[in-house]
Amino acid sequence: MKLLTGNDLASGAVTWWTGSGWSLHVEDAADVGDQGDSILATEEAARRVNAPYIIDAVATPQGPRPAHIKDRVRALGPTVRLDLTLKPADPAAGNWVI
Amino acid sequence: MYKYDQYDQAIVDARVDEFRDQVRRRMAGEMTEDQFKPLRLMNGLYLQLHAYMLRVAIPYGTLDSRQMHMLAHIARKYDRDYGHFTTRQNIQYNWIKLEDAGDILADLATVEMHAIQTSGNCIRNISSDQYAGAAADEVTDPRPWAELLRQWSTFHPEFSYLPRKFKIAVIASDEDRAAMRLHDIGIQLVEREGKLGAAFYVGGGMGRTPMIAPLIKDFVPIEDFLSYSEACLRVYNRYGRRDNIYKARIKILVHEIGADEYRRQVEEEFAHVKTLGIDPPVAELERITAFFAPPAFEAGITDSVDRSDPDFAVWLDQNVKAHKQAGYAIVNISLKKTGDIPGDASSAQIDVMADIAKDYSFDELRVTHAQNIVLPHVAKRDLYAVWQKLVEADLAAANLDLISDIIACPGLDYCSLANARSIPVAQKIAKRFADPARQRDLGELKLKISGCINACGHHHAGHIGILGVDKKGTENYQLSLGGSGAEDTSIGKITGPGFDEDGIVDAVERVTDKYIQLREGDERFLDTYRRVGFDPFKEAIYG
Repeated sequence: MKLLTGNDLASGAVTWWTGSGWSLHVEDAADVGDQGDSILATEEAARRVNAPYIIDAVATPQGPRPAHIKDRVRALGPTVRLDLTLKPADPAAGNWVI
Repeated sequence: MYKYDQYDQAIVDARVDEFRDQVRRRMAGEMTEDQFKPLRLMNGLYLQLHAYMLRVAIPYGTLDSRQMHMLAHIARKYDRDYGHFTTRQNIQYNWIKLEDAGDILADLATVEMHAIQTSGNCIRNISSDQYAGAAADEVTDPRPWAELLRQWSTFHPEFSYLPRKFKIAVIASDEDRAAMRLHDIGIQLVEREGKLGAAFYVGGGMGRTPMIAPLIKDFVPIEDFLSYSEACLRVYNRYGRRDNIYKARIKILVHEIGADEYRRQVEEEFAHVKTLGIDPPVAELERITAFFAPPAFEAGITDSVDRSDPDFAVWLDQNVKAHKQAGYAIVNISLKKTGDIPGDASSAQIDVMADIAKDYSFDELRVTHAQNIVLPHVAKRDLYAVWQKLVEADLAAANLDLISDIIACPGLDYCSLANARSIPVAQKIAKRFADPARQRDLGELKLKISGCINACGHHHAGHIGILGVDKKGTENYQLSLGGSGAEDTSIGKITGPGFDEDGIVDAVERVTDKYIQLREGDERFLDTYRRVGFDPFKEAIYG
């Protein structure tokens, strides 16, 4: 599957295209199929996302899992500061990245 | 310490206003990201893996308590309550909001700080010896000359769009504590027949093509300091390659045309530059130098220290260095407690270090390229009190220059350029060697980790170096041995196939075990390696 990701312009936060908007959580990300480029262009022009790009991902029961470790780190947060990630209460959250 | 004059303050204030307006225009959609990106980078604002990252310049690593408190304030108010001290003696904040950038720069400007030229193809923050002004072996304090370079290079119209970024270090001792010869220009201030001058080493650097800078001129009279620097840059700016980012650094130019030809061209350019009158008048030099006058050291104070507390004695032996003034010492604060993230400090810790500097070190601090903090002028009678305050703040790790005093770049946990994570490897190695007695038995052992070939973690210069690479989508770590960023500069040699995260920790341990087996007398790891060579270690690593 293909995901569209980028950063929020004002905050810089990592965001994921959900099919109708943007979410901080990769679990909400939608498969953009072959529509990624056109969504990207529209959303970037409207400044609803900054520096967007399309990535490969794998569908799992827990939701999409980006294919590359760099995007998994982006999706979670720094593995060395789980308190600063999107899953601060999950001590095993880093395992999802690796 | 240098204090801004009206011109310094005016240009920094003007830049804040300019960038605030650029941010407003970007947020309003009047600029695209492609248009805005080079402007934000000129102000040290990157877009990293999780958010914007702001890199704040700390000129030659020197700052006072007022500035240090401001760094804590920014961490608390605008970031997530911590900062990361870098291998270029700067500080980075990892969670900056674009909409706050103008306010942050305005706050910094109130304490004579900024983020100008901490990115881009320009002359970056000038680095120097963290013991400047305190070391017994320096011929002069190098900071006035670093400050002169700061003023010369700030917004230098010719050098704002160089072929590639440009890094300069200035030291004034034979002992190199600043990795001087691994800079684009490394300058060592020297004395000859009673006159001050500068030796210029040009064309060093790390990155994907590590090179040790050759000596280009052994003695430039100090009155020609800026003219010669200008000539070195002009030749690079004219001939440095702009067609290939991987060949654009000055080290490639010097290597390709040869040091002799580069020297010839610099001399030719220098003869011309000398006619332009860019070297400052004596009065201006004296004005700058006066800011770096030694503090009011007390004469005749005690030179002895009560070592009866054993934990204090260990810290004293490891982290406290000799000062040129009787009765005083240089204190190194390690930001590498076992399990810590190298170079990170919380806002509370930054405030504590600022308070200690104000009370005990003539209001001065230094940031080191090894990602530690220095209190340069502490009376020996105060060392125990300082240590107690550091213990309370969890800042008293007694491991300076030991295997757990690891340099590590932010790596893939934060950096968009990285291929692998550096910090978890540093943490695992520090835990493996957590026994303080074992670390001290191993002695000086500089371990440096980079998460990509750009080498921000100085792995080429590590006695033991580790480079993280991407191997078919997984993290892999190459080991190298024998590097040094000191006066005996050398580039480490890659041992062979890489390892996974746990494997690299085991490999490091096999290296240190071999060292223990082979060392003679008081040999450091690097001494043993250089005596016995690469092969015994390779055999130990791979069997």
